[in-house]
Amino acid sequence: MKGSTTLAKRRQRASAICAAVFLTPVIILMLVYFVYPIIATFANSLTRWNGISPEKIFVGSYNWNKLIHDAKFWKAFGNNIKVMAISLIVQMPIGILLATFLDAGGKKFNIFKIIWFLPLLMSSVAVGYLFHYALATNSGIFTAISELFGGGKVDLLGNQGTALYAVIGVICWQFIPFYMVYYMAGYSSIDESLYEAAIVDGATRTQYVTKIALPMLVPTIKSAIVLSITGSLKYFDLVYVMTGGGPGESTELMATYMYKESFSKYNMGYGSSIAGGMFILITLIAGVTMYVMNRKKED
Amino acid sequence: MAKKNTAGESGKKNYGAWIAAVVLSVFWMLVTFVPFSFMVMTGFKQKIETIMYGAFHMPEKFYPDNYKGVITDPTFWTYFRNSVIVLIISLIILLFISACAAYPLSRFKFKLRGPIYFLIVAAMSVPMHVTLIPVFNMTINMGLYDTIWALIPTNVAFATPISVFILTGFMEGIPKELEEAADIDGCGRFGRFFKVILPLSTPGLSTLAIYNGVNMWNEFIFAFTLTQSESNRTLPLALWNYQGQYSSNTAMIMACLTLSVLPMIILFIFMQEKLVKGMMAGAVKG
Repeated sequence: MKGSTTLAKRRQRASAICAAVFLTPVIILMLVYFVYPIIATFANSLTRWNGISPEKIFVGSYNWNKLIHDAKFWKAFGNNIKVMAISLIVQMPIGILLATFLDAGGKKFNIFKIIWFLPLLMSSVAVGYLFHYALATNSGIFTAISELFGGGKVDLLGNQGTALYAVIGVICWQFIPFYMVYYMAGYSSIDESLYEAAIVDGATRTQYVTKIALPMLVPTIKSAIVLSITGSLKYFDLVYVMTGGGPGESTELMATYMYKESFSKYNMGYGSSIAGGMFILITLIAGVTMYVMNRKKED
Repeated sequence: MAKKNTAGESGKKNYGAWIAAVVLSVFWMLVTFVPFSFMVMTGFKQKIETIMYGAFHMPEKFYPDNYKGVITDPTFWTYFRNSVIVLIISLIILLFISACAAYPLSRFKFKLRGPIYFLIVAAMSVPMHVTLIPVFNMTINMGLYDTIWALIPTNVAFATPISVFILTGFMEGIPKELEEAADIDGCGRFGRFFKVILPLSTPGLSTLAIYNGVNMWNEFIFAFTLTQSESNRTLPLALWNYQGQYSSNTAMIMACLTLSVLPMIILFIFMQEKLVKGMMAGAVKG
């Protein structure tokens, strides 16, 4: 009896050592590229620093005070919120509809799947440049459509009132296929026998979708909502190349503002505060969203 | 899924819903396809055509010089080569260390298992901008600034959380009996990992390779921040530099865009099912 417990203990210790060996590379990577940078960002946010000189001047909460009263930052945050809200309203339903259609059609609708999938293959930079030109006033697509119906030139990106909505439209174009794939994954995890049983019981396809499949997709929808929210709040690449935050500040987002402060103006101290502020806001909003969604479930 | 009914087979079909679905589908197909064909077609136009006529004007005759110009430009191939090198090395390191980490997380019981797993899952939702300035400084201090080697650790690090998460789930699904059999045959823990678990994880690894490969190929912000010279930048930055050089020449930019997307499209044509599956695997992360 005693012998077997020590053997078990020895096995356990061997397991622990082995686990340590296997986990070391990933743990080092996480410490160096996640834990340390997050701490360093908050430490840097208390300094005035140009990022290059060894001289970091400690300024206490100066940058954070500045951030709280920085109209530009809150304008950017507001733009992020608009991106978030419209993305949710537009991307979620269309994503579900497209996935439902593909799920119902099976292999026959492959051609739809292939074409709908295309934007996912492009980088955000490529999408940004494509629409920078595709929405241009002179040779753009919307101008061409407008002229087809006898209208004039359309300037979506150069107009402060429409630029943000044009950008959001492009974001939807890029990400709807992602959510489509997401919901396809959700559909494929539903047991096929459920569908067969429903049909045997005399349900129609529409009834199957609304009464059985959609309720089963609720967890998928919830996590898609969280993904879309955090994604919208940290959006960067596409906007940076397509509009650079302009015209004026009409398409400025938190991330583009942070990038410009840090890497164009070299205010790395203040840039760190913006990054830290972003981190706090995103965590807060995602946390509240998850809390609210999970509480509803229990009621 | 293929077995499921379509409209024609069901007696109680709902025509209204199907018509709405088809209209939406065709509409969305146009929405996706028009900008895409704008890109490819404009690449075949002469500069003067893009100025004189609207977007829907077909090219007078297909003018291949833009594409030729990009392909024969040696710097384009430098970008391309850098992208390939960064992608391959990053993927190999990523898959290996993620598999190593997923093995004990899925198989062993030890005290820190919970906290470590939590740390890795929590890292999935960290916005990379929070880490950008310290990573930038670290890269300079390590002497890696403006080399392609700076991009490999960032690529690997930011793909690690999702990869470990998915692989842990995958390895939990491998029957314990297989490992026990190897144990009885005298295989140590390391031997079991390399001889049993790793080979059986190939499907999981290949979907991860696809999902992360697409992301790495398209990675922009670290490549933009951590490199500077033309000779050390990756393909997404080629677009940035071409834009600076040919900003008024829409046709040339569109040709460059098309060529940068082409490798992904070729990949998609040859392994469509796998690519969709890979993206679906990435989608499970919520």
